[in-house]
Amino acid sequence: MVGYLLRRWAQMGVTFVAFLGLVFLLIQAQPGDYTQVYTLDPNIPPESRRAIAAAFGLDRPVWQQFFVYLGNFFRGDLGVSFEHYPRSVMSVIMERLPRTLILFLTATVIAFYLGFVLGKLIAWRRGRAVEYVFTISGVYLYTVFTPWFALVLMWLFAIKLDWLPVGKFITPELWVRSSVDSNYVFVRLLVTAAAGSALFLALAVLLSRLRVPRAGLVLAGAGAASCGLAVLGWGLSGYGPLALDIAEHIALPILVLTLISFAGTMLLTRNSMLETMREDYVFAARARGLPDNMVRDRYVARNALLPVVTSFVFSLAFAIDGGVITETIFSWPGMGLTLLNAAVVEDIPLAVGAFVFTGVFVLVAHLVADVLYAFLDPRIRYR
Amino acid sequence: MTGEAVGLPLRASRWQVRARLLWRSWRESWALFSHNRVGLLGLGIIALFGLMALAHPVLIRTVWDPLIYDPVVGYSFDEVLQPAPPSARHLLGTDPLGRDILSQLMHSARAEFALGLMAALVTVLVGTAIGAVSAYYGGLIDALLMRMADIIVMMPTVSLLIVLGVLFDLNMYSLAIVIGIISGFGGTAIIIKSQALSLKVKPYIEAARVAGGSHRHIILVHIVPNLLPLAFLYMMFTVTAAIFSEAVLSFFGILNIRMSWGIMIHTAQNAGYLLGGTRYWWLLMPAGVSITLLCGSFYLVGRALDEVVNPRLRRR
Repeated sequence: MVGYLLRRWAQMGVTFVAFLGLVFLLIQAQPGDYTQVYTLDPNIPPESRRAIAAAFGLDRPVWQQFFVYLGNFFRGDLGVSFEHYPRSVMSVIMERLPRTLILFLTATVIAFYLGFVLGKLIAWRRGRAVEYVFTISGVYLYTVFTPWFALVLMWLFAIKLDWLPVGKFITPELWVRSSVDSNYVFVRLLVTAAAGSALFLALAVLLSRLRVPRAGLVLAGAGAASCGLAVLGWGLSGYGPLALDIAEHIALPILVLTLISFAGTMLLTRNSMLETMREDYVFAARARGLPDNMVRDRYVARNALLPVVTSFVFSLAFAIDGGVITETIFSWPGMGLTLLNAAVVEDIPLAVGAFVFTGVFVLVAHLVADVLYAFLDPRIRYR
Repeated sequence: MTGEAVGLPLRASRWQVRARLLWRSWRESWALFSHNRVGLLGLGIIALFGLMALAHPVLIRTVWDPLIYDPVVGYSFDEVLQPAPPSARHLLGTDPLGRDILSQLMHSARAEFALGLMAALVTVLVGTAIGAVSAYYGGLIDALLMRMADIIVMMPTVSLLIVLGVLFDLNMYSLAIVIGIISGFGGTAIIIKSQALSLKVKPYIEAARVAGGSHRHIILVHIVPNLLPLAFLYMMFTVTAAIFSEAVLSFFGILNIRMSWGIMIHTAQNAGYLLGGTRYWWLLMPAGVSITLLCGSFYLVGRALDEVVNPRLRRR
């Protein structure tokens, strides 16, 4: 298994350098370079322009520029943002990243859970009305024109019903007086979520190893307990109102993201279930007279989970990407909005930097998916 | 495949046999497809939009005065206030610039079909070529092409298109080609290659090789035709992706095109009608619903075709 993973990782490394090369090629393929901005200004003499080009390293041959670019990238230097001058691209990305992560991690987890449960249901009830209803509504929600759909929901919940705020990610009036900035709270929310899920996963593994009777109930209790613990911790920390403010702003984007993405998991689970349902051991389990629910949950759904888990890891990676639309509509200042804004004002270092950073995320997700897959499916390990 | 194998008299020419075989497989596939009510629903909606697209030029020639009803430069002189609500003259009202919404909707349907089909064709061409070549030759060519496919799969599509839209001037055609290449060289090529691998070891390929067929002949005559059903399936998903991407990029105002469903919403946004809700419903609803319906329908048809092409998903 170690050999397999090492081989995969080496391949991934090469792939990633090629990805960087392709991005570099894209930048090179556009007419002109950064110094062109100054050609319109008659007050800048040619020698100054040459000096600027030299400062950017643009006077060197292209292949040298590429290696400089590669070296800078691996040292975490993505250049300086034009729009936020003199801040570096990396610092802008680091500021925006936690906001995107918390929004999309939450939405992805909810969407996958919902999709898996519904997919299980519609595969089991194939050909009944419930399948048609969920498939059709799921597919149209999946391919819905996201900006429009988000606007409709925003109008409904934020304006008509007035339950939730319209867009933005915090209420500035609340934060002016507080001693911490929003990222302080965002990072801690992320840590809480990570710790909570780790606790929950550890309990789940422990319970399945110990073969505790009525594990489902115990697990639900554990989930509720870790959630309760988190809420209690935040209540005591004194930043509770701030966290609540964020929660209020995040609810609507999460609702939109869940609704537009659960169908992908649902349909994948359905197909995977349908393929598993033809296996002999399912037939055998039925022949033994096991209850329908048990065959569905323990025999079919467990084995159908494999492709779903992989797709889950990938969608975590693409969370940063899919964010462009939702973040723009809800004015959620995360990675997606940063990318789009940078693109619109032609802040090319920031746009390309955000894009490459997304690539890093996808790469890491590929690696995680490989490890998970090799861990979950023994058939892969012994190839 | 000879005439005897399908029970035809040997006199029948090769083309007759082929046509008959094609007709038979088409009928069988249709029988499988038509069982899928969800797929039929999608097909019906696509047909409806197709009719809309076809009707627009006819209407402009006959009933609609181009001065008023032109989707881009028309202006409704009869209305005092723009955007005007739906009336007998303008069934879906007018937009903030005084143009007829129904006319824009129907005009854009044609553009969306053209975009989707072009992207899909590029996908099939690129995907089949890469998949077949990669599987047939194997070795270094395979490794190179598949690693490149990995890179393209790795690219976040929406972000990539936005970055491309900024670096270059994208119009409808270049967008179709870019989307076609992204989806054809990426996921589609990988899936088609795995299918081609299973074809490559079939006895008839060996027979063709023993009979002295050149590589080009084997790939074009024996492998590619058997890959086309699968490629056709992925065409459907490409159409969805293409229409959706166009709408999103137009909505952001990154594309260089004159009229599309995305542009219609962009216009409403620029004029400040985005959160008008039900009051100005005709500005947002028709275009939004159209994009959703057409994308979703192609997706539904694609899924129904999946059950035709992939025997593991069929009902017992």
